[in-house]
Amino acid sequence: MVYRQAAWDEKLLKEYSSKGRTGFVPPDPIGEEVELSIPKELKRDDVELPSLTELQVIRHFVRLSQMNYSVDTGMYPLGSCTMKYNPKLNEKIASDPKINDAHPYQHHSTVQGILSILFDLSNWLAEISGTDKVSLLPAAGAHGEFVGVLMIRKYHQANGRSDKTQIIIPDSAHGTNPASAAMAGFDVVTVPSNANGLVDMEKLKGLVGPKTAGMMMTVPNTLGLFEKDVLAISKLIHDNGGLMYYDGANMNAILGRVRPGDLGFDIVHMNIHKTFSTPHGGGGPGSGPVGVKSFLADYLPVPRLVKKENTYTWVYDSPNTIGFIKGCYGNIGVLVRAFAYLLTLGPKGLLDVSSQAVLSSNYLMKKLDPTHYSLPFAKDVPRKHEFVVSARPLVDKGGSALKVSKAILDYGLHSPTVYFPLIVNEALMVEPSESEPVENLDEYAMVMNEIGDTLSRDPSRLDDAPKNTAVASLDEAKASHPLTIALNWKKIAGKE
Amino acid sequence: MKKYSHLLPNELKVEDMMKILGINKIESLYEDVPQQSLLKELPKIPGPFSQMEIERLTKNVLKNVSVHPDSPCFLGGGIWPHYIPPAVDAISSRSEFYTSYTPYQPEVSQGILQALFEYQSMICDLTHMDAANASMYDWATAAAEAARMAIRVTKRKDLLVAMNAGYERRRVIQTYLEPIASRILQIPYDKRTGRIDMKEADRLIKSADVAAVYVEQPNFFGAIETSIKEISELVHSRAGLLIVGVEPTSLGLLKPPGDYGADIVVGEGQPLGIPMNYGGPSLGIFAVKGDISFIRQMPGRIIGITTEKKSERKGYVMVLQSREQHIRREKATSNICTNQALMAVRAAAYMALLGPLGFRRLSQVITSNSHYTAKLIRETKEYEAPYFESEFYSDFTILPTTKKTRGRALYEYLTKRGVNAALPLDWFYEELKDVSMISVTEVHLKEDVNRLLNCLVEAE
Repeated sequence: MVYRQAAWDEKLLKEYSSKGRTGFVPPDPIGEEVELSIPKELKRDDVELPSLTELQVIRHFVRLSQMNYSVDTGMYPLGSCTMKYNPKLNEKIASDPKINDAHPYQHHSTVQGILSILFDLSNWLAEISGTDKVSLLPAAGAHGEFVGVLMIRKYHQANGRSDKTQIIIPDSAHGTNPASAAMAGFDVVTVPSNANGLVDMEKLKGLVGPKTAGMMMTVPNTLGLFEKDVLAISKLIHDNGGLMYYDGANMNAILGRVRPGDLGFDIVHMNIHKTFSTPHGGGGPGSGPVGVKSFLADYLPVPRLVKKENTYTWVYDSPNTIGFIKGCYGNIGVLVRAFAYLLTLGPKGLLDVSSQAVLSSNYLMKKLDPTHYSLPFAKDVPRKHEFVVSARPLVDKGGSALKVSKAILDYGLHSPTVYFPLIVNEALMVEPSESEPVENLDEYAMVMNEIGDTLSRDPSRLDDAPKNTAVASLDEAKASHPLTIALNWKKIAGKE
Repeated sequence: MKKYSHLLPNELKVEDMMKILGINKIESLYEDVPQQSLLKELPKIPGPFSQMEIERLTKNVLKNVSVHPDSPCFLGGGIWPHYIPPAVDAISSRSEFYTSYTPYQPEVSQGILQALFEYQSMICDLTHMDAANASMYDWATAAAEAARMAIRVTKRKDLLVAMNAGYERRRVIQTYLEPIASRILQIPYDKRTGRIDMKEADRLIKSADVAAVYVEQPNFFGAIETSIKEISELVHSRAGLLIVGVEPTSLGLLKPPGDYGADIVVGEGQPLGIPMNYGGPSLGIFAVKGDISFIRQMPGRIIGITTEKKSERKGYVMVLQSREQHIRREKATSNICTNQALMAVRAAAYMALLGPLGFRRLSQVITSNSHYTAKLIRETKEYEAPYFESEFYSDFTILPTTKKTRGRALYEYLTKRGVNAALPLDWFYEELKDVSMISVTEVHLKEDVNRLLNCLVEAE
């Protein structure tokens, strides 16, 4: 595959600026011009934005977009991120003015259609996750986690067990898990993985005790392995008065086949932008609804959407709620896309999606040359929607996961997640998703193997990778160094 | 062919792929799942439907939703109706932007990185702060993270919050602070002006173990605060921090918070070219002033500029990642990962389009329209407008002087007349039972205002 990414030496907006230009003219006032009557010292002198016409702004951002790799550009098997195709129907549904132009404080009678979409979606997500009640409020997966652990905290407080101060988290977990638990005031206890890449049951037994407030788990875990002891783990935690939290980052593996709620999980967050096909937006917005078993429903954040006599409305009063967790009602524009996606799939579609995501992942793993990429843990156990290999065999010859990841970019492909999970040396975490044709999986494997061959024979040949990208390898140390750091364009020489 | 076959390229390749794996059924890939937990029947959701059916079905569901301008919207308070230049949509619809993710591989992600760097830069230009992050979820969570940052940095426990700051912001701050050793003290507002009660502010700041003071400019009532500089001096004399919440379009006319002592600025980025979308996705603005050690305490992604390793060619990367959850885990400054990046790109495009002329003009038009509307309401002689005796920006309070229909009843009456207006402040302040809030921006035409006026007059 020959690939040359656009490589504009694109200037900063302010370097194009020329005084007096504008890219937008606001409408005239409807009445007379009024000056703010405030003391001079409260008034602003100048607005220091760049001055450009509409074409200049459009051209700038179009050029930037050409220097941005995306799912719509090519294969993007970034592990744990589920970069599946984002159907265009979703975009069309989400651009309806009836959604775009609705104000959050409009009377509920004027937005019943939006509320009915949200109500249905929350019920479907409850059904899919095996929970009883879903809140659509959280804005992202990590936000859902924070909400979840706050509920754990509130639950124990309500039961007079403020001494339950510890959250157990596997060492293979996403970094957001310990960060969320710590934000909610918990001490994080790390349970190591065993030789099979799963939670070490014996070690876990030693860590669980009266202080255990709960456990956060990702199933399948970040190695792509299903935690086969999950029922026993749930029982152990529950027997000790703890709650089980499910991190939904990897839910694409189990859609329609098994539900977290049936595995003993009490609280489940779902990543709408991963599992339910909404775009990742260059980093967001996502959405992270949280589902709970009925005994925890009182703790969910407010407001809550309820249906009374065929009318949908928001309810704010709830004695045990953890409270408000963001403004308004969630990332509605993201949620309506998931609504369209679920209507597209239907029940059987869920199962086909997860089955083919898992099949593709195992297929791609099988095609990789084991002399370059070794499989850590449980060699005979199938992976789920993602897998992790180690570039360790290449290290002695001068290769590394980093070199592999940079070389991949030169083929017009996105690299896997690298150096995560932390428990795997030289980790490459690959998640192809169900969206990629098998021919692309073959090509991806061929590219990785070819890179492995090159690194084995003459690693210096890839020293300058990536070279077909908008820029070559960047100096990240310099970017963060106190003497050279520049976080806005004020510090950069440029003409005004 | 299934109704979703367009999304599954390998439907007819499943057998071949399984053969390569040496299996003959998909279930073989799930043998490690506790078999008793496997679903016996599929989840009960509707579908599948064709694309045409879904479009039709959704249109039908949304049929009775009434939005601006068919039902003129005079609601603000945290999310505002604004006109969005079509160029903003054109830019954010570039699927190279919206179908990418966090730029973990900077060499192929220069587009989003530079766009976010420029967003940060323009936020710094608007606020006169030193560094902005690449977005928080919204204003409320940005304010809450700012409060936590202030408590972490100062190692103090008291957060002073102006009662005339937005209700949802205050409530989210409360939720975020609950798990840490902290106390929230409320600074009352002056009953006549709606502005901060300076006597009480002075007393509280001097008596508290103050980590920070949180104030909004303009405040929730739309009134322009006149004493933040004094508050800044007071709180800094006590070695506490000043957090200011802003509505960004007002910064076309109002002094940037960086000029009156703000250490952290937060705000709602939705007015910067983001549709209201019934409240989300919006954009949390977060910017700080201070040295690198203070910047290091910020939550969220930050983009910086650098060069290629082997040349002076510039490029952009995520910086100071050692603050973040994927590196620092439980010691991270925040758990935020997925943020609102695409909304920040929209805001960047919007700010670039408006530029200094458009931005200032927009603030001026909003000011003129809101004052014109207030004047017309006042001239009915049936309302005080504004109720609070203060200069205001886009939002202002009204109080009926002759009507029985007031507060919630007025809001419901207007709704029935097809006008979404007069937010009842009783929702947020029990002492303001009869006071309502009107918000006016550049999206309002004379005919919209006339409809509002007619309804206000005809209310009994």
